[in-house]
Amino acid sequence: MINRFVIPVVVFALLAVVLAIGIVHSPQKGVIVSPLLGKPAPQFALPSLGNPSQVVRSADLRGRWYLFNVWGTWCGECRAEHDMLLTVRRAGVVPLVGLDWKDDDAQALGWLQQLGNPYQEVAVDRTGQVAIDWGVYGAPETFLVNPQGIIVYKHVGALTSETWTREILPLLPAPTRARS
Amino acid sequence: MRRAIGRSTPLLALWALLALGRAPAAWAIDTTQMPTPQLQARYEGLTHELRCVQCQNEAIADSPVDLAADLRRDVRDMLLAGKSDDDVRAWMVARYGDFILFRPRFAWKNAWLWGAPEVLLLLGVLIAWRVVRKRARLVTADHEPLPDDGSP
Amino acid sequence: MLPELGHFSLILALLLAALQAFFGIAGPMLRRERWVAAVSPAVAGQAVMVATAVGCLISSFVRDDFSVAYVAENSNSALPLFYRVAALWGAHEGSLLLWIMLLALWTVAVAFYAKGLPRLFAARVLGVLGVISFGFLLFTLATSNPFVRLDPPALDGRDLNPILQDPGLAGHPPVLYTGYVGFAVAFAFACGAMLEGRMDQNWARWTRPWVTAAWSFLTCGIAMGSFWAYYELGWGGFWFWDPVECASFMPWLVGTALIHSLAVTDKRGLFKSWTLLLSVLAFSLSLLGTFLVRSGVLVSVHSFAADPSRGVFILSFLIVMIGGALSLYAWRAPLLKSPAGFELGARESFLLFNNVLLVIAAATVFAGTLAPLISGALKLGTVSVGPPFFNPTFMLSMLPLLALLSIGIHAGWKRGRLATQQRTLLYTLVGAAALAWGLVYGIYSHGQLLTPVGATLGLWIILSSLVDPVDRLRRRLSLPRAVVGMTIAHTGLAIAVIALTTVQSFTNEKDVAMAPGGSASVGGYQFRFDGVRPIEGPNYDGVGGTLVVTRDGSAVAVLKPQKRQYWVQHQVTTDTAIHYSRGNNILVALGDDLGAGRWSVRIQIRPLVSFIWIAAVIMALGGAVAISDRRYRLTRAAVPVPGGTAPEHA
Repeated sequence: MINRFVIPVVVFALLAVVLAIGIVHSPQKGVIVSPLLGKPAPQFALPSLGNPSQVVRSADLRGRWYLFNVWGTWCGECRAEHDMLLTVRRAGVVPLVGLDWKDDDAQALGWLQQLGNPYQEVAVDRTGQVAIDWGVYGAPETFLVNPQGIIVYKHVGALTSETWTREILPLLPAPTRARS
Repeated sequence: MRRAIGRSTPLLALWALLALGRAPAAWAIDTTQMPTPQLQARYEGLTHELRCVQCQNEAIADSPVDLAADLRRDVRDMLLAGKSDDDVRAWMVARYGDFILFRPRFAWKNAWLWGAPEVLLLLGVLIAWRVVRKRARLVTADHEPLPDDGSP
Repeated sequence: MLPELGHFSLILALLLAALQAFFGIAGPMLRRERWVAAVSPAVAGQAVMVATAVGCLISSFVRDDFSVAYVAENSNSALPLFYRVAALWGAHEGSLLLWIMLLALWTVAVAFYAKGLPRLFAARVLGVLGVISFGFLLFTLATSNPFVRLDPPALDGRDLNPILQDPGLAGHPPVLYTGYVGFAVAFAFACGAMLEGRMDQNWARWTRPWVTAAWSFLTCGIAMGSFWAYYELGWGGFWFWDPVECASFMPWLVGTALIHSLAVTDKRGLFKSWTLLLSVLAFSLSLLGTFLVRSGVLVSVHSFAADPSRGVFILSFLIVMIGGALSLYAWRAPLLKSPAGFELGARESFLLFNNVLLVIAAATVFAGTLAPLISGALKLGTVSVGPPFFNPTFMLSMLPLLALLSIGIHAGWKRGRLATQQRTLLYTLVGAAALAWGLVYGIYSHGQLLTPVGATLGLWIILSSLVDPVDRLRRRLSLPRAVVGMTIAHTGLAIAVIALTTVQSFTNEKDVAMAPGGSASVGGYQFRFDGVRPIEGPNYDGVGGTLVVTRDGSAVAVLKPQKRQYWVQHQVTTDTAIHYSRGNNILVALGDDLGAGRWSVRIQIRPLVSFIWIAAVIMALGGAVAISDRRYRLTRAAVPVPGGTAPEHA
């Protein structure tokens, strides 16, 4: 029988490996992998920002790619990513649909007026229910939805140009991309 | 068969019966009142079982952030609509994944964790048995008297 | 100037620690007398240098020297003096310095008492402590220097985290760390024996007081943390199985096992390799705890600012220290043999079961704490673990242990002779059960199974523990302090069990919205809310509420919970108000302003909760009494151990 006194050091070696992996992964530890990836985007029908009689419906968005961006004027990181969103808009490759999460309408309108509006349309989620349906746990979050209404990608935190070019653009079909 | 607090063996069910296992932390005060004591108990149980995914190490019962309040409201609405505890948990997991549960559901990928105490206990019993057997055999050969000064 | 002096002192301390380590380990190995003689001066020198560094940092805090980055981040000119000093350990860099200082103090203590140890062995022990000091000093200087300067200096500081501005801060970390760090001594004693290739027949006797002392401090430190959480941080909660709490609890469990294993090794020369392993394990868990808290691999409400580069350093240090010690163990432990035997019903058996259960409990807590890490590393997805996992699994190993204690305490060494104790066992058990069930149902008239079972086990322990001492006194036999200490410690444990099971079952809690003049009824007490008024303190302002508590019409207390907003960090803290009445802790806390004078209020009645912490202090006291036993007095020559075995040679 192998010397049983070797067992503790072997167990420790395994533990050290696990801890090392833990360090490597630690910047990502706060990120929860969304269970909605590959699943149909949750349905919603919410009033449009600035025009409450108009309704933004998920059903209307079927048939084309779109980016679903959750934001709020109270959110610092959203301010940080705003310029990137304007860049995405200028690229004209895929439209941005905004979800104004638990925010003040007047403030949100002022924000978009002052900083520029990257969104094709903005849905107002006053109760937070739609955000919960999408599994949102902190703003900003951005989802990429395909024409069949399936969520294919989710990014947590401010959108960076790196994420845009390396993760999102490659997922879009070639003819769409070519227009950028 | 419904698992009592996720345990499966009768022995452990006994221990589980004895444990309340309630997380007592409080950083926010939740004054929600449900119409019946049973619903109130279920509400409190669920809100202490669900992790506030924004604050990570607090339950939604204890977290002061808006998201926690929204999730508590959803739990309340679902209970009032007659949903079962499992329905509520499934609803949450569908949106946020297993991470939202403080008590990991028994699944094969968690088996190592849930099984760990039993396996360790078995290992401990085996080791203890081996040692005691070996030493008991040595006792008859061991003739030295032991002055009993009673010291520990 | 002073910060530079402090920095320089740390560098000197690093060099002296290196010398201490080198001379301590290489000296005996190469039989160099002069090297061995140089170890103690190195110890003293290192201690002086570390003390100087600490003094410089304290002075920077007291003088509001905001050119020092650490002071600027953790202090403020409006911060009361008391907290300016305690802020020393309020964040990562300073708390590391505290670690290092306490290690230096323990090392000095060991060097002082080393007169009673064989010279070469003592040198090795101090050498190993030197390696640990070196590692921590290197880590501090390389990644966490508290003396980094700000240029230009800050105008004022960012203030100490308001949650830490509490007397608890002054006590909890130093006491806790004293315990944590103290297990390094046992680790060093074990490494010393392994380096030597033999275990002196008195090794266990030398090691026991050090382990018990560290354990006592750790017990108090954990209790202080729990108490602090109860009234300041957790609004009535006192244990959350948070990773940092687990990190301090695991060494405690293993340390308890170590104390008991040492008893067997001391008395009968048995379990030597187990004792060595436990010595290494206890400190390894302390080191692991340090890693978990500072490397950012785990999510916790407690952790210091996470930094993966620090994580890499600590992990490397862990691999060297723990890997090294366990490799030594694999190499040397097979040499330790003992021909002694014992029966199934002997004391040794019970202590073995005790230790197995404690280690299982520690391993379970370990699994739960590291589950997210392990699951992530093995790509098993995310798993989250909380009290619903820890509570039942911890009790699984603890409940049998408590019962075994009451039985095993009557068992004699080697032969047990439990058959002669049958009547005692029966009477104590029945007495405990009757008392427990009578009290629980008498006072509460309802309840879950947990409390009477827990109370029975606790009372059984107390009754069983008293049998032998009372019998000795009756027969006018000597009662060694070690026995008294043991009895006190076990009684403390019993009280903790009774208190914990009572709190678990009979806590009464209500969160209510109250308007001025409104009232609520909880646990037989009536609470009338008299609204809030503004308050102001030295560096905060806020509101104070008033709640009048009565019971059956007679006045009980007037409670004044507060909500404070600190000026510098704009953080809002909730200060609970607590009153002790008839064995109950009444706690109230202000929640949110609901408008129109209405506030959400938490009212919590916890019976016996204070006894949990009192019990911990009693346990620590038991340890202290045990250490004072005359068998541990300094002797020049080795004291022969009755019934022990001759020393083995490599």
